[in-house]
Amino acid sequence: MSHTHNAETYKAAKAEVKRVTIILTILTIIELVLGFWMYSSKESLGHSGILFIKGVILILMVVKAFYIVAYFMHLKHEMKNMIMTIVVPLSLFIWFIFAFLYDGNSYNHLRNTYDRYYESQRHIKVEDKHESSATHSTENENHTEEHH
Amino acid sequence: MATTAVTNTKWWNGGKSPFNLEYGKVMMWYFLMSDAFTFGAFLISYGTIRFSTNGWPDPNVVFKSYPFQPHGGNAPLVFVSIMTFILIISSVTMVLAVQAGHHHDKKAVVRNLILTIIGGAMFLGCQAWEWTHLHEHGAWWGKNPFLNADGTHATTNFTNYFFTITGFHGFHVFSGVVINIIMLIMTLNNTFEKRGHYLMIEKAGLYWHFVDLVWVFVFALFYLV
Repeated sequence: MSHTHNAETYKAAKAEVKRVTIILTILTIIELVLGFWMYSSKESLGHSGILFIKGVILILMVVKAFYIVAYFMHLKHEMKNMIMTIVVPLSLFIWFIFAFLYDGNSYNHLRNTYDRYYESQRHIKVEDKHESSATHSTENENHTEEHH
Repeated sequence: MATTAVTNTKWWNGGKSPFNLEYGKVMMWYFLMSDAFTFGAFLISYGTIRFSTNGWPDPNVVFKSYPFQPHGGNAPLVFVSIMTFILIISSVTMVLAVQAGHHHDKKAVVRNLILTIIGGAMFLGCQAWEWTHLHEHGAWWGKNPFLNADGTHATTNFTNYFFTITGFHGFHVFSGVVINIIMLIMTLNNTFEKRGHYLMIEKAGLYWHFVDLVWVFVFALFYLV
């Protein structure tokens, strides 16, 4: 292999790193802007608006992961069989995520339906508790220290 | 390709490497795949518990502090975004070290490895400060001083998962820094020059990028969502 060819591939590889760095930086900045947006306009966005932004953040997360694995870890430039031995087992995660999150959600739903004590707790704010009973005072003290 | 210096063909009894990769690199990939399952199990467990709970603390309220402020300050996400950029940049310098290794550019390898080690150490320093700060405010395994976003009383699940998963990730960063220091010493001793290739740095690089990859998920799932 000639020396000039080597120097050229070195240059091309460096350009690719630069491009991926810029993409990762931009994606991270978009994630942060969305995070701040959720925080600053929680009321105006509403429940479905917040869920939508969270979904966008999760998609950006997966895109960032793709760029790191494909370019920084060089997997995109490996042989197809090699890529498959990594990607196919990891695709189990698709099932894991849906199954476990569905299960967690279902458990919460069951408890909210049949466990009256559990269901009542979701409506009691800590300030109300403080007025109605003294039993939780130690936890509330912890909390008020935070604010002073 | 120039990178496939098939020095370890003896490992593959078929006579040639089926993936056109050396043995050690393939095994590093499989190790990282198993590590991905470990982290994935942690994160899915966290998600399941979060879905099975009515309320959850608001990360913008919990993670709003930054150093050198007597009261911790009030700047949601700023400190953790600095940590994220430190890790991304250290990943970039690691790629540059690997590429320099391909082209036997020892000086560039040393320079980029040193930058990567500094980045890793800075990240660990940030994490140490964050943990100390949260601990001072009463957060630890089994202790959660923060309320849910809707003002109801929170369980300790939030702090348990936060400290376990960021702790496990931090331990990976720490071992990555140690591995990179070993790579730096070996480079300075001309070990790779004598061996004729810098393939060992590629394996260390894969590990380091994996640490960055996990942080992408931890950052989004704990601090943003």
